[in-house]
Amino acid sequence: MKEKGEQGNEEGNERMADARRLHIDVPVLARVEGEGGLSLTIRDGELETLRLEIFEPPRLFEKFLEGRAMTEVPDIVARICGICPVAYQMSAAHALESLCGCAPGPWVRAMRRLLYCGEWMESHSLHIHLLAAPDFLAYPDAMAMARDHPDIVRRGLRLQALGNEIIRFWGGRSVHPVGVRLGGFHHAPGEAEAAALRDRLCAALADAAALVRWTARLDFPQGPAETWGDFTCVALRHPDEYPMNEGRLVSSRGLEVDIEDFERHVEERQVPHSTAFHALLDGEPYLVGPLARLNLNHDRLPPAVRDNLAACGITLPSYNMFHSIIARAVEIHYALVEATRILSDYRRPPRPWAEIEPRAGTGVGCTEAPRGILWHRYRTDEAGRILAARIVPPTSQNQARIEQDLRETLTRLGLARSDEALRHLGECIIRNYDPCISCATHRIRVTIDRP
Amino acid sequence: MNPRPPAAPRLRVAVHKFTSCDGCQLAFLNLGEQLLELAERVDLVHFAEAGPVDPDAAVDIAFVEGSISTPEEVERIGRIRRASRYLITLGACATAGGIQALRNFADGDAWLRSLYARPETIRSLATVTPIARHVKVDWELWGCPVSGRQVLAAITSLLAGVTPRAEEDKLCLACKRGQAVCVMVARGEPCMGPVTRTGCGALCPRFGRACYGCYGPAENVNTRSHSRCLAGLGLAPEAVRARYHFITSQAPAFLAAGNSAQDDVT
Repeated sequence: MKEKGEQGNEEGNERMADARRLHIDVPVLARVEGEGGLSLTIRDGELETLRLEIFEPPRLFEKFLEGRAMTEVPDIVARICGICPVAYQMSAAHALESLCGCAPGPWVRAMRRLLYCGEWMESHSLHIHLLAAPDFLAYPDAMAMARDHPDIVRRGLRLQALGNEIIRFWGGRSVHPVGVRLGGFHHAPGEAEAAALRDRLCAALADAAALVRWTARLDFPQGPAETWGDFTCVALRHPDEYPMNEGRLVSSRGLEVDIEDFERHVEERQVPHSTAFHALLDGEPYLVGPLARLNLNHDRLPPAVRDNLAACGITLPSYNMFHSIIARAVEIHYALVEATRILSDYRRPPRPWAEIEPRAGTGVGCTEAPRGILWHRYRTDEAGRILAARIVPPTSQNQARIEQDLRETLTRLGLARSDEALRHLGECIIRNYDPCISCATHRIRVTIDRP
Repeated sequence: MNPRPPAAPRLRVAVHKFTSCDGCQLAFLNLGEQLLELAERVDLVHFAEAGPVDPDAAVDIAFVEGSISTPEEVERIGRIRRASRYLITLGACATAGGIQALRNFADGDAWLRSLYARPETIRSLATVTPIARHVKVDWELWGCPVSGRQVLAAITSLLAGVTPRAEEDKLCLACKRGQAVCVMVARGEPCMGPVTRTGCGALCPRFGRACYGCYGPAENVNTRSHSRCLAGLGLAPEAVRARYHFITSQAPAFLAAGNSAQDDVT
């Protein structure tokens, strides 16, 4: 991790840490989705306060879902996040289909996986190249980085564009796509279109493999050898696939439960400095997202992806959060391999959806959004109108973990650094999580005290 | 050798975010190669999601994503207006309130007060409003989301010194030009195409589904007649209202049509 203007002799720049009471305020975090800030106070060489501040206004989605027809839900929840609308559509579709006892079958299942591959590629490529990579190469932004590293940035933008192309294949457009419906898809593209898409994806396989190797060679902060203590990783796990739409919830501490049991283990709390909730797993912060997924599921990667990663010399599981950028690259590579596999035997069915009959009940869905598990629960009446909804996005799950990481990593890598270096490092740590603040503040939670 | 004439000053552009999903900023971030070209043609002085942070800088064009839902946002949009030559709204939230404006039909303030454990830490206005309710807007880009094509067309027009062209035709025209089968006539789907503006490429009808109005009202719409059509297809008055009060509910034509849906169809 380089910093612009960093001097060779860093000690010369350091001030006496214990003599200062320092307040660092980063009112607007750059290169994150949505608006948040970081505030920390250091007194006598110790961190006194540290807050990841999220002041993005709440948008109350769960309230205005109430009364809407269940068939409208995929189009409504997509609007929670412009970067991962597919994830919201997938978790909602699975929750409502399970509620109604609708099983859309293997074709829909495979094509949803293909659609999700597109979103992983789009979201991860955007994050690696436009948001995170400038940190590692000491540029203020990707546009500046592109002047010196045009091939790297262009390769990233091509992979991002291919992800968008997969989403458009199913949804007409890559932001708030219109193709998903309960039970499947409104429309299935023709076989010639699928073959053409597959050719373009195959042509990018070498780019994706090279991207993984490039991220693995970046200059990662290591700190003292013992510094990267472990933390709890949580992801879905499927018997024989890298997880996307289905699986059980597992943690690196041995938890393994059905998605229906999520609320027994995860508790959300309001904190005064955030309009998003902090989630705790059995009372502890935890990580969701690409690094957690990879740590828990790397044995599910196909040989081509696994061998390419193994050649990079990265040992898994990794508890160096800066390796998140490698995990994203690995998942881009995986998504591309998986998408070409699914497209290789694409057949257009007579009707691309299964009928779904509304009924009264409660249904739960949980899928792997690019940033981690996205959990939905809906309750409906007999006509299929939404009576209640609860949506737990990945960023609110990661929020407590981000604060924990900031506290540990800033302390380990040295609070004696200059204000500017600390500010920069703090921003880099936050960006490892690719926080999506728009997602995190999509709603409010109902907590009514009745003493 | 004669000195070169001084280069024309580059257009200074800012992209601001208010209450939104971030999706319309992707109209820039998904431009690919064209994003790099754009960065060479204009100065992106503020675009927090892409890197540059200078929210109070004076600019030629301010693109504004999102609607106004907090007291802080009311102040901030005023500052942005004073620092900008042209202000262009980017998408449905900024132009017509966006989906979060659905809380205007409930007592949103009461929701917040009764439901947050510590409501004093949440600063939120009772209603969600489009940018034009607060400051003068020079051009509006409609859509949930807007496309890269719309954004580039606006910037290219201003670089060439011409007024960006407004797209106000009805979606039906795009369907006819694209020879899409009419889902309303052929299948009885409650399509919003006859009252919705074009710009999306008629995606939904081409996929065999009804338009849900995410580009907002077209010019000169006959919503009363359309509401009766929807009722004729079997929609209850409440369902007709919900078709208008959805993503662009604060656009005057759709706000009024939803409010009068009950009377219009009975």
